[in-house]
Amino acid sequence: MTNMDAPSTSNGTSTSAQDAAAQKQPVRRAPLGIDTINKRVIKSEYAVRGEIVQLAQKIAKEVESGQHNHPFDKVVWCNIGNPQILGQKPITYFRQVLALCECPQLLSHPNIRELFPEDVIARAQLLTKQIPGGLGAYSESAGALIIRQLVAASITKRDGYPADPDNIYMTDGASPAVHYMMDLLLREPTDAMMVPIPQYPLYSATLTLYGGTLAPYLLDEGAGWGLDVEHLRLQLAKARREGLCVRAMVVINPGNPTGQCLSYQNMRDVLTFCRDEQLVLIADEVYQANIYVGNKEFFSFKKVACAMGLEDQVPLVSLHSISKGFIGECGRRGGYMEVTGFPEPVKDQILKLASINLCPNLSGQICCALMMNPPQPGEASYELYRKEKSDILGSLKRRAELLVGALNRLEGVSCNAAEGALYAFPRVTLPEAAVAAAKKLGKQPDWLYCKELLEATGIVVVPGSGFGQADGTFHFRTTFLPSEEDIGRVVEALSAFHAAFLKRHGGLTTAAVAASAAAANGTHAGQ
Amino acid sequence: MRKEATRLVSALLRAGNNGVSTSWAVGGTRLKSAMPQPDEKKDEDLHAKEGKVLHPHLLNENVVKTQYAVRGELYLRAEQLRKEGKEIIFTNVGNPHALGAKPLTFTRQVLALCAAPFLLDHPKVEDMFPADAIARAKKILASFKGGVGAYTDSRGNPLVREEVARFIEKRDGVPSNPDHIFLTDGASVAVRLCLNAMIRHDRDSVLVPIPQYPLYSASIRLYGGTLVGYFLDERRGWGLSVEELQRALQESREEGKLVRGLVFINPGNPTGQCLSKENLQELIKLAYQEKIVLMADEVYQENVYQDERPFVSAKKVMWEMGEPYRSHVELLSFHTVSKGTAGECGLRGGYVEMTNIHPGAIEEVYKCASINLSPNTMGQIALSVLVNPPKPGDPSYDQYTKEKASELVSLRRRRHMVTDGFNALDGVTCNFTEGAMYSFPQIKLPAKALEAAKAAGKAGDVFYCLKLLEATGISTVPGSGFGQEEGTFHLRTTILPREEVMTTFVEKFDKFHKDFMKQYS
Repeated sequence: MTNMDAPSTSNGTSTSAQDAAAQKQPVRRAPLGIDTINKRVIKSEYAVRGEIVQLAQKIAKEVESGQHNHPFDKVVWCNIGNPQILGQKPITYFRQVLALCECPQLLSHPNIRELFPEDVIARAQLLTKQIPGGLGAYSESAGALIIRQLVAASITKRDGYPADPDNIYMTDGASPAVHYMMDLLLREPTDAMMVPIPQYPLYSATLTLYGGTLAPYLLDEGAGWGLDVEHLRLQLAKARREGLCVRAMVVINPGNPTGQCLSYQNMRDVLTFCRDEQLVLIADEVYQANIYVGNKEFFSFKKVACAMGLEDQVPLVSLHSISKGFIGECGRRGGYMEVTGFPEPVKDQILKLASINLCPNLSGQICCALMMNPPQPGEASYELYRKEKSDILGSLKRRAELLVGALNRLEGVSCNAAEGALYAFPRVTLPEAAVAAAKKLGKQPDWLYCKELLEATGIVVVPGSGFGQADGTFHFRTTFLPSEEDIGRVVEALSAFHAAFLKRHGGLTTAAVAASAAAANGTHAGQ
Repeated sequence: MRKEATRLVSALLRAGNNGVSTSWAVGGTRLKSAMPQPDEKKDEDLHAKEGKVLHPHLLNENVVKTQYAVRGELYLRAEQLRKEGKEIIFTNVGNPHALGAKPLTFTRQVLALCAAPFLLDHPKVEDMFPADAIARAKKILASFKGGVGAYTDSRGNPLVREEVARFIEKRDGVPSNPDHIFLTDGASVAVRLCLNAMIRHDRDSVLVPIPQYPLYSASIRLYGGTLVGYFLDERRGWGLSVEELQRALQESREEGKLVRGLVFINPGNPTGQCLSKENLQELIKLAYQEKIVLMADEVYQENVYQDERPFVSAKKVMWEMGEPYRSHVELLSFHTVSKGTAGECGLRGGYVEMTNIHPGAIEEVYKCASINLSPNTMGQIALSVLVNPPKPGDPSYDQYTKEKASELVSLRRRRHMVTDGFNALDGVTCNFTEGAMYSFPQIKLPAKALEAAKAAGKAGDVFYCLKLLEATGISTVPGSGFGQEEGTFHLRTTILPREEVMTTFVEKFDKFHKDFMKQYS
């Protein structure tokens, strides 16, 4: 009898009786011990829900119980783009249609028209009729046909280039699409993907989980987190020299955590680069509705690729989600990916992967179709929809400006404008004493800053080290999602904490501030 | 350049702040072993073929080799025929609503109110919804901070996990800890979370019944592990014998495999048998002696159609066996809203309960769950209603109980119609469907049919099922997708067509089979 699946140590619960038994039998060890599970699982890191967040969950429990010594009465979750938990209201039209689809017997209730507008009823009737078996039946694994048709039609309208329902795969949020691409493309540890630094840790986490390698390219903080194609070439060449087989490139536009929007010309350059270097382009476009500056506009990579005639030459995956935008339906788990330039046999493999989980949830699918096909002028729900949308986007813009403005007024803090998405990613110069104190704890200095911020104010943010940052710089990511009533208090609490933190740790020297700025601006220096 | 590379790598390696070694595998860390050797393929060959990066030959081998028959060749052909306008009876997958089953009214009322909470403030709401649905929706919304549009904890909402734990305690008379319960988008996701954590390399193996539900073969393949089959005994009503398990275990160990897990499906899919308490005790002893994680797929626990062996959970049996089993055998049990009488497949709700699992391993599963943020909220709410239904005296109690009971009684009748229908055919034998939603008859194919199948490049059962589909529109799954003893041929059909169409279903099958046998005799 072998006992090879239980190396190293037991889980520490053995008693002398068990030890005696072990004389006869091999030592009893848990097949699912921490030392015997998949190492790729253990190595995978996901900072958005990492150690700081776990500490925050513990504190939140204490605060809720009423028995605590924390100097605040509420935990403010700025670690994650989860708008509705901070009070953002769902778009009425979406929820009305969903309620009728979820409970279709309401459609035949005599009072239905007193509760629901005409266009909502019509839309729900269409969907319940066209989705075989309704919400309670598995749909096709790629998503119900009517849903994919609606999504394809709206992409066609958005881009001015045709989209094919057979190229659309509905997903439970955008994250599963990333899992599919990692699973599909990564064969061995030397297979790599180019990922922006700073990045959304979904990419680093799944790369580790699927056993690939992250080949980084740096966004230039000194140039508003710009993406420099010359730098891409150098990083790719370097990765290849190191023996990596670079399979794909990830672009997040608008950026997470960095908030920048790519220009049309920049996107053309990226596409040319991917064509020349034979890379799959994974375009994370989940923040496409979140743009706050008048001189920037969202273009999809699909549109630019079609305009350049590259749609067959660059395999492109475009991700979208109902969790972001002004919709914020995170809990619904809805999203889609559109693939272009993918050979049919490869698409068959994606479909097979999707089929193992049977199908994405139907509420999320419906919500996604509604997001892409909102009420039109003249329809009963249009005015309310338009108002809710512009209120939320207008408020997000105000909150982004308020937060970024306040951050830039703090000593040693500098923050690029949040052109899009839902985040600010300020660079914080930390006192040397704080850096030393963190080192003593075996922690990152930005982790220490975020932990002390949490303990002093209840504000939960994510350390920049979870996203990656240039050496010698420290950042954190915060959403600007607290409501307009709350954001003022958040800014005040953050500012007061920052001043106290600097004071407690011996203050900033001019040299430290200059060194931090140089490190941020020197990202691409010497190349 | 070099300096910058070193700087960047060190920045990335330090990114993980919990001290777990290299959390990011960045260029350079694994290069020595991976540097191309002279006799290896050149990088260009690995990178692109015929000008394509995304060439089918250049994909992850584990993906390409994975097979998932429930949505395989037969299903794709059926979808194609449907698009061409042919009427298809989808009995390939346990998808009750697609065949006309109605959702449970109370569940959907609660879902609608949670989706559109502004209805709760409407003066007419009490005309349209019963008081207990309104009260339940309010309770759920109070617990789902931010409503159904916010991510929940990655393990699922705490209230629902608490309700699941109380449900298990009531069912089994055994304590259950909500911290060991993870809610998921259907049970498949739960199974995959666990397999991903268990499987490290291709020597890691999982014992799986043959015939099996292909989720297991597909996921094990996808995560790069090895499936070790143990045969269920068709002649003894698809019985599970420990001797056969021992044989499979022994053989795989002789081949140098490390057996990590043992899957059993109770009631069985596709085989429909219900395990006895004694059978479960034997499994638990084996898992203890051989140090194997038990994976109890109990998603059909409500679907039991005989009275001799009511459903009993592995957890309950393990608890009743006392020590050392009670606190040592590592058990993962799975449940879902997709099956039972709710049949809410499209909502994607399910859970895994982890008993006697190392806390560190649970933490790791939590982290993996967090990479997908959270399970969908509607699935969680449907699960809440499943495990905490209306109580006697509540306004919806009678209707809810009646809807469930009549579906269950109807399923009992339908499995009779299907099993009897198959057994009436020449060359077909079929065990009784004791539980679950399927019938898995054996078809004795004539030599001529096998020759024709071979000529068409198909396995015998695939050939039969394709002919059945073309002739009748009945979409089934060939037995080869589930595994079967060599030289035998089966198919799986659900017992889910509604009673009013079941007679036609059986007649169509009957006619097709007779024609087929005539043609190939």
